[in-house]
Amino acid sequence: MTVPKIRIRGLCKSFGSKRVLDGIDLDVEAGTSMVVIGGSGSGKSVLLRCILGLIEPDAGRIEIDGVDVIERSRAEQDAIRARIGMLFQAGALFDSLSVWENVAFGLLAGRGARRMSRDAARVRAGEVLAQVGLDPSVGDLAPAELSGGMQKRVGLARAIAATPEILFFDEPTTGLDPIMGAVIDGLIVDCVKRLGSTAIAITHDMASATRIGDRAAMLYQGRLVWQGAAGELLDSGNPLVDQFTHGRREGPIGMELRR
Amino acid sequence: MSRLFDLVAGLGRAVLATVSGAGRLALFALIGLSHLLRPPFYWRNFASAFFEFAFFSLPVVALTAIFSGMVIALQSYTGFSRFNAQSAIAGIVVLSVVRELGPVLAGLMVAGRVGAAMAAEIGTMRVTDQIDALGTLSTDPMKYLVAPRLLAGILALPLLVVVADILGVLGGFVVSTVKLGFSPSAYIASTFSFVQPIDVTVGLAKAAAFGFLIALMGCYNGYNSRGGAQGVGASTTAAVVAASILVLCFDYVLTEMFFSR
Ligand SMILES: Nc1ncnc2c1ncn2[C@@H]1O[C@H](COP(=O)(O)OP(=O)(O)OP(=O)(O)O)[C@@H](O)[C@H]1O
Ligand SMILES: [Mg+2]
Repeated sequence: MTVPKIRIRGLCKSFGSKRVLDGIDLDVEAGTSMVVIGGSGSGKSVLLRCILGLIEPDAGRIEIDGVDVIERSRAEQDAIRARIGMLFQAGALFDSLSVWENVAFGLLAGRGARRMSRDAARVRAGEVLAQVGLDPSVGDLAPAELSGGMQKRVGLARAIAATPEILFFDEPTTGLDPIMGAVIDGLIVDCVKRLGSTAIAITHDMASATRIGDRAAMLYQGRLVWQGAAGELLDSGNPLVDQFTHGRREGPIGMELRR
Repeated sequence: MSRLFDLVAGLGRAVLATVSGAGRLALFALIGLSHLLRPPFYWRNFASAFFEFAFFSLPVVALTAIFSGMVIALQSYTGFSRFNAQSAIAGIVVLSVVRELGPVLAGLMVAGRVGAAMAAEIGTMRVTDQIDALGTLSTDPMKYLVAPRLLAGILALPLLVVVADILGVLGGFVVSTVKLGFSPSAYIASTFSFVQPIDVTVGLAKAAAFGFLIALMGCYNGYNSRGGAQGVGASTTAAVVAASILVLCFDYVLTEMFFSR
């Protein structure tokens, strides 16, 4: 049996009296992608932030390649974080830098031999921008000059530019038109299949979830109430998942919302 | 009895909060400074912070210094003419400008301008996840954002204060010669006979300390911003207030250390 790339056990996190994550167990095998679905505010982004070490969990273990990443020294955490590419939900582009400098940021920041020259990084940034469907001339604009969907794609380009081993996508296709959404899904699949990255993607879009995911999990009330193949999302047999994926107003979840 | 206990407990909590806050600030400063000793160093960020400090603050600091020098000449003339001590005016002007007003006024002006801008910029980066994003791109935010700004503050303020010193003395000179009828050559000779190298060096050392404090408060408050536009606004205000108070406190402390003997 191989060690999963990412292995989470008993992960808990509360904000004040609010329990956001309440015992999460999750395995993501190397070279596969996991889609996480769940209601707005259910803690999906918090889950990714915990794995990245941006939020310190209250309890539980998070292992990457079998090594516990919590309670490491700062330097070790930095090293782990540098292996993960992340698309933030709101883009988080550096607004003092141009678009191409954003995309090339990780390439220019690498240490020693991994560090690219500015010219090479600029060329690479142009290639990645083209992959996410943006014209290379966009590279000279400031992030504030882009539309919301374009910013999202630049964020995606920045996350994948250095081809990290692990990729996190927080709602990669939200705010994109359906065709561009499909292009981005294809790009994510490509990163996983061709480059062998391991991915966790959060999405509210079921079509996109089935396209991106090898496996899927649903987060509800701080727990993963269902895990299975992404292809089964639409007929999982789990009443919570069924209601969620089909967007029904009646069902077990609606009762809770009114609480 | 229980009321007394509550009082003591409340006091204790306040003291603990202050001490732990000071500890966090000191740790932040130490980490920021320690990054200056370890490569890489982000020259671009240093250059833009330095320009923001030195170049763009020049007009406001220059105006403040000129008018302060003029006012001191005028005030000390009206005061000292009663004792027939007008000849001391050149000395009063140069010593007060070089020792105190140059560094303090430049410090306060820059705290309002640059300290606020720094806190707002870093605070916005915090609440829009840009600081978190740096970490995922092999870049330490303390090294990338904080260290260059601290160094820029330490180096830029003394430069500004040199300009402020010259312009402040010039302001006093203009008022004394044009309005109060001093002879220019006698005024200049008197100025140089009063001022000692130590006055200038300590003034510049003060400036370096103030520059560090302003950059530190801007970075620290911005870095710890919470919760959207309102949080950024609050940390901007906190940065300016804290930097201004610290400038005045440290001015006293440094004066006590160097000039009281
Ligand atoms: N820094 C924080 N401080 C306090 N509460 C937080 C913080 N971050 C998140 N929360 C809370 O944790 C809960 C989960 O937030 P999270 O951002 O993970 O939701 P989400 O599942 O990503 O939702 P969405 O689909 O809308 O993005 C929310 O109720 C939120 O209020
Ligand atoms: Mg979210």
